[in-house]
Parts: sequence; C-alpha cells; structure tokens
Amino acid sequence: MNIEIPKKFKPLINNAYQVAQSTLRPISRKYDRGEHEYPKELDMLASVLDGFNEGDPANSAGAATTGSGKVQDDGSIKNGANMGVCLGAMEMCYGDTGFLLAMPRQGLGNAAIAAVANDEQLERFKGKWAAMAITEPSCGSDSAAIRATAKKDGDHYVLNGEKIYVTSGSRADCVVVWASLDPKLGRAAIKSFVVDWGTPGMELARLEKKLGIRASDTAAINFIDCRVPAENLLGSPEVDTKKGFAGVMETFDNTRPLVAAMAIGCAKASLERIKELLKDSMTYDYGKPVDNCSAVEAEIYRMEADWEAAYWLAVKAAWMADNKKANTLEASICKAKAGRVGNQITLRCVELAGSIGYTEDELLEKWARDSKILDIFEGTQQIQQLVIARRVLGLSSKELK
Amino acid sequence: MAKDAVGYALTALNRLASSEVLDKIGMRKTVERLAYTLTKSGFQVLTTTARTFKSSNPGNKPERLNAPGHTRDLFDLSITDEQQMIRDSVQSFARDVLRDKAEEADATQKTSDEVIAQALELGLNYFAVPESLGGAATERSTVTSMLVAEDLAHGDMGQAVAILAPMGVANALTQWGTAQQQDKYLSSFAEESPPKATIAVCEPYPLFDPMALKTTAKKDGDSYVLNGEKSLVPLAAEAEIFLVAAQTDDGPGVFIVEGGSDGLVAGDDPSMGVRASGQRPLKLDNVRVPVENRLGNGDFDYRAFVDLGTLAWCALAIGTCQSVLDYVVPYCNERTAFGEPISYRQAVAFMIADIAIELDSMRMLTYRAASRAEQGKSFQREAHLARTLVKDKAMKIGTDGVQLLGGHGFTHEYPVERWYRDLRAIGVAFGGLHL
Repeated sequence: MNIEIPKKFKPLINNAYQVAQSTLRPISRKYDRGEHEYPKELDMLASVLDGFNEGDPANSAGAATTGSGKVQDDGSIKNGANMGVCLGAMEMCYGDTGFLLAMPRQGLGNAAIAAVANDEQLERFKGKWAAMAITEPSCGSDSAAIRATAKKDGDHYVLNGEKIYVTSGSRADCVVVWASLDPKLGRAAIKSFVVDWGTPGMELARLEKKLGIRASDTAAINFIDCRVPAENLLGSPEVDTKKGFAGVMETFDNTRPLVAAMAIGCAKASLERIKELLKDSMTYDYGKPVDNCSAVEAEIYRMEADWEAAYWLAVKAAWMADNKKANTLEASICKAKAGRVGNQITLRCVELAGSIGYTEDELLEKWARDSKILDIFEGTQQIQQLVIARRVLGLSSKELK
Repeated sequence: MAKDAVGYALTALNRLASSEVLDKIGMRKTVERLAYTLTKSGFQVLTTTARTFKSSNPGNKPERLNAPGHTRDLFDLSITDEQQMIRDSVQSFARDVLRDKAEEADATQKTSDEVIAQALELGLNYFAVPESLGGAATERSTVTSMLVAEDLAHGDMGQAVAILAPMGVANALTQWGTAQQQDKYLSSFAEESPPKATIAVCEPYPLFDPMALKTTAKKDGDSYVLNGEKSLVPLAAEAEIFLVAAQTDDGPGVFIVEGGSDGLVAGDDPSMGVRASGQRPLKLDNVRVPVENRLGNGDFDYRAFVDLGTLAWCALAIGTCQSVLDYVVPYCNERTAFGEPISYRQAVAFMIADIAIELDSMRMLTYRAASRAEQGKSFQREAHLARTLVKDKAMKIGTDGVQLLGGHGFTHEYPVERWYRDLRAIGVAFGGLHL
C-alpha cells in the first residue's frame, strides 16, 4: 500500500499548475463578465496541451484521454491515463473550471469517444473537438427517458429531438448525441452518435446564461430530420436488452472521477485563498486537537480534511479505472463526496472572507458559483447517492427508485 | 409563560430539598458519606505486580525496523500476500470469537482470558518484536498493524483494544526504545506468555490536549518522580508494563512504569463504551522510575508517538463503522414498513449511501497517514486531518446506525447501540494504543 502521487506525474501536475497560474487566472474574471465571448487565449493553450498529449498520453491534462490508456495488461499495478487526467484537471480547475470545460478538443464527447469508439472511429474522429449532448428539456438525471430518436434509413440514422446543456456545444467540431433507436425498448435502445456541425438539420437554438462557469458556453441544439452516417454510431448498433444501458453508462466510470477532480481543484483554489487571507489571524500547525483551536481554525482543518478525503477518493477511483477494476461504486462515491465538499468549501470560504469574499475584487465568489454545477452534472449528488445505495443494498432501480 | 400551580409546587419542593430539614433528619450525612466513600474507593484497585524483567545482554544499539521494501513509487491500494494472510486469520477470529463475545465482554467490562489466549494464537505479538529479539518482524509494518486494528474492531472495538494495547507497547518499544529497554522489556513480548501492557496518555480534563500534560515527571537524582492522574487506560488493573506520558522540564516524555510500583494505583470509572478494554483511571502518586526508563534514545518523537495512537483509534473506528454498514444493509432490506422494505425509500437508502461515502473517506485519510508513517515520512498533518475527519464521521455513522433501526436500535437486543457508545471514544481517546 502506498498512498502517494508518483513522481512521474510531477511534470504533468506542474505543467497544468503553470497553465492555471499564468494563463487561466489572469483572464478568469474577464470571461466571467463577458459570458459567451470566445476565450481566444484558449486556442494557443489547447495547442500546448495537444503537445503535452502527443508527447506522452500520461502527461495529458484534459478529458480526451480518460479510459484510453493503452496499458499492457501484465497484471502489474498501473498509474495511468485516468489518474493523470484527473490530476491535470484538478490543477486546471484550480485555475478556472470554466476554461477547463471550454478547452478545445478536451470535451466530454472526446471522453465518450475514447471510452466506446472502435479503432476505425478513433482514427476518424482524431483531433476533433467533441461535445456531449444527453440532457433534454424533460429529462435530466433520468437519461433513460431520452426522447430524441434515431431511425435507421439505409446507411444513415435520422435524428430528431431537442438537446440542452451541451457544454461547448456551439464551439466544438461535433457533438456526441444520445438518442433512442426505439423508445419502446427503454434504456437498451439508447445509443450515442457523433454528429458533425454542418450536418443539415442540426441547429443551434440558444446559449444559456448561467450562475457560474460562464467562460464555458452551454448550448441548446435542435435536431430536425438530421441524417447521420451509420458508421458514426459509437459502440454496437444492436439493441441488447440484457446488457441494456451499461454500454453507455460505462463512460461515467471514467468521467465521474474527472468531475470529482474538477470540484477538488475548484475548492483547492478557495481553500488556499482563504488561508492566505487569514494568515495573520491564525497558524496552521496541525498540532492541537480541533476542539482546542479557534472556531475558524477548526473549520479550516475540517474543510481541509474533507477536501483531502475527496482528493484521495478521486485518485482511488481513477486508479481502479487504470487497473481495469470495476469502479462504478467508487466513481460515484468520489463524485458525491467531491461534489458536496467542493460546494460547501467554496461557499464557506466566501463567508469567512466576509464582504471581501463576496465582491468581484476577489475570485472567491466566482469559485463559489462555479462549484455548484460540479455537484449537478455527470449525475447530481442525489443520483450518486442512488447509485451508491443500490450497489450497497443490492437493489434494482425498480426497487429503490 | 407564567408559573402555574404545578410550577409553584415544584419550587416549594425544591426549596424544601435545599433547606436545613434534610440535615435535621440526618439525611445529609448519609448522602455525604456515600459520596465520600465513592470518591475514596475510586482509586482502590491495585495494579498487577509485574514479573521480574531482566536485562541480560543488551546490544550497543537499539533494534530499529526499516521501511518495507515492497512499496514502489506508485499509488497502490493493494496489500501484500502476507498482509492478506494475516487479515484472513484476524478477520475470522474477529467474526467467530470477538463478535460472539462482544455483548458479554461489554457487560462484564472485561475481555475474557479465553479470548486473550485465542488472540495470542494469532501470533500478532511476534510481528511486533524484531527478529534479533526473538520476534518475527523484519521491517516496519504500520500499515499491517492498522489493518489488524480495523479487522479486530470489525468484530468488537472493546476487546480489540484489550488485545492491541500490549502490541502497542511492543510497537513503541521497537520504534523508540533504547537497547537496554528493548532487551529488558521488548523481548518479553516474544515469550510464550507475553506481558499485558498499556499506554497512558489521556488525562481527565475537558479539552485535553496530549501536548499539554498535567502529569509531571521530575528528575531526582537517578530517577524520575511521576505525579498525576491518567484516564481511559486500557488494562490498567492487569498490565505489567505501562508507558506513561508526563511533562518533564524538557517537554513531554514517556516513561516505562512497571505494574505494582509504589504509588501506582488504578481506579474504577466505567465509561460509555469500549468497556471490554478494561480501561480505568490511573493515579501516579510519587511513582519513582529509574532515569533509564525514560523512553527513547535521542530519536524519540512524542508527537509521532501520540499520532500513532490516534491512527490506531481511527483504524478501530473504520472497523466498527464497517460493522454498522454490514448490519444495517440486511436489516433495512428485511425490515418492512408500509408494505415494502424500508431500504426502498430514499430517506433510508441515502443515509446508507452516506455511510458508505464517509466510511471510504475515513479509510483514505487513515490509510494515507499510516502508509506515510510506515515509510518514515512526516505524517503529523495527515494524522491530524485523519482524526479530524474520522471522529466526526464515525460518530455520525454510529448515530445513524441506531437511527436506522429505530426503537430496536436503542435496545441491547441489537449491537448498534454498543457501536454507538464505542464510536464516541474516537473523539476522546488519546494513547492507549500505538501502531
């Protein structure tokens, strides 16, 4: 047993940290105020990140390589791409969560492609920026209730439906769209399709105005008789009612630790800043029992302990993914812990800083707005609790609704 | 709200109770005498006289164990085959013996001699003593000790403490003892009947801080004279060796005190939980120990000594919380209300999800601190964060365990009320153990 980040990740962490400090933080407020403005600074940065990725996939700092670790299965323990991506994302979100989400070619759609695409598809979609479209106006967490349809017509699928909350939906090159081959067949019939922008019948409806992560555009997209080549379906086109949803849900095992990592990075920014602001009024010696500390010191220690727990839970879930261990439970545990803790910490740090924390002169108030979404997307806190409770109790979704 | 007739009657009754009347009819004396007797008998239990420990052939240097060779520069939660073997046998002992005897041991406030004898068959004491001193330890095994504590507490925390306290003393002597201390005391732990032993750090004051001890050790010629009062000392009436933390002129120190020493008296003050550990207060009234019984050889780190105890308590909390989770899952699946198992309801299911989430959180922080300690890295911050999180989450899990069973949970028919009482200890206990 060794609970330590290996030295080989130090360059990756340092690269991402440098990016966070030198590139993201200085323009953080600018694009928080200028919602829907394209952060042109990110193009240069994305190229730099591509360079990191090309050099060594384990050094990547984006979402694109989750689950894609081509590690040899020789039975030995690996610290691979999933862990690396999480560590990179933490540092990037320590810089700015909105920018990580807006990073060209690092979308969640890329993660989905990496997780389920076949080799031919991997090659064909290489270098493309892929957004992910699951949510619909009448279906959020209940992704099995998707109403968007895909009807086979010759060598095409015809997509119809309305998708909302598509991160980078308008900026990406293509969108991974979840749609049902036959709504009567339930979860098993839900498949994902890569749809290129420019495909007739794909229309941008609007961009949302949001509480936080304003640097990241959130699109609503309509599909009206949109014809997608059949070879753009990810995974198997067969409707296997036994395997059902599992194929699509597998993506979450890789992306939930990633979103946990984002919450951890965002909260780290707040925690570090509040310690800086309070440095004259307290000492951090990790010596006295918390009950013997001042209330504010005790609170900082408690937040730090919760934060650290979330951190290692995320690393654990990523480690399991790297070592091909089933991690659905652990992915949800780390997402639940990081989501709640990240939100609590960022909100509390605003409060502890007083009016300084509440005004736009500091970024604390921004991080407290940004963190909220991290307890919502990729499965809300309550969805994670459901997943965890069902696993632990051995109950089906029919029993524990 | 105005005082009504009942209120006036109560006031009058109270006034009567506090008036001279009681004294006139002689009741006051009875009450006072009773209180006096209780206070006096508080410290009437003698400690067990120790066997004669002999230092026959001390080496020049104390034996120290090195960090294990099997760890590599990779994050890795796997354990070694050897650790798995130890866990397997400890787990089955905890399941078959400790869990079975838990209720009785709690009621009698004692871990039975049979249980102690069976625990010895696991050979854990040999793993706490270096090879050259007759034991089987070849490298530092903080993580293994932590896993053993977790697994024993999965059976029963109280008995686990009684079993682990002597191991803690052996671990501390291995890590900090001088060559002479190791030769005299540590080697006895690798004998057929190893001594019972314990660590006394905690003191009976609100907001106790192990770095601010009120027990003192004053140097007087070639001895130290110890005075003060310790609390929650496991096996206090049975131990032959005590490691007692006391304030010296140069900061906190730890002293090896033999059972039966003049002025060393154990008391009787049963606590809310962990009752099977035989924990008692311990009074030191001018207890004289030779200077060479001060623990350490220049490399002694009192902070680490305390933290390794704290981490043992964290590990115990993990084991007991796992018992809570393992118990509430089948209970909530079987217990029906309004026509279906209560686990089908999110109000119940989400409490169980939170237990699973925080139990895993407790594990990660405790494992991290212990794995750093094992490798000889600094771990004060990690132990501090582990304790901070574990004491809160463990108690939450303890209280939710009772809540999930409702009225049943409140009775002795079910074990959750004992776990509730045991888990409160994590925020209170210092010392007693040492990984």
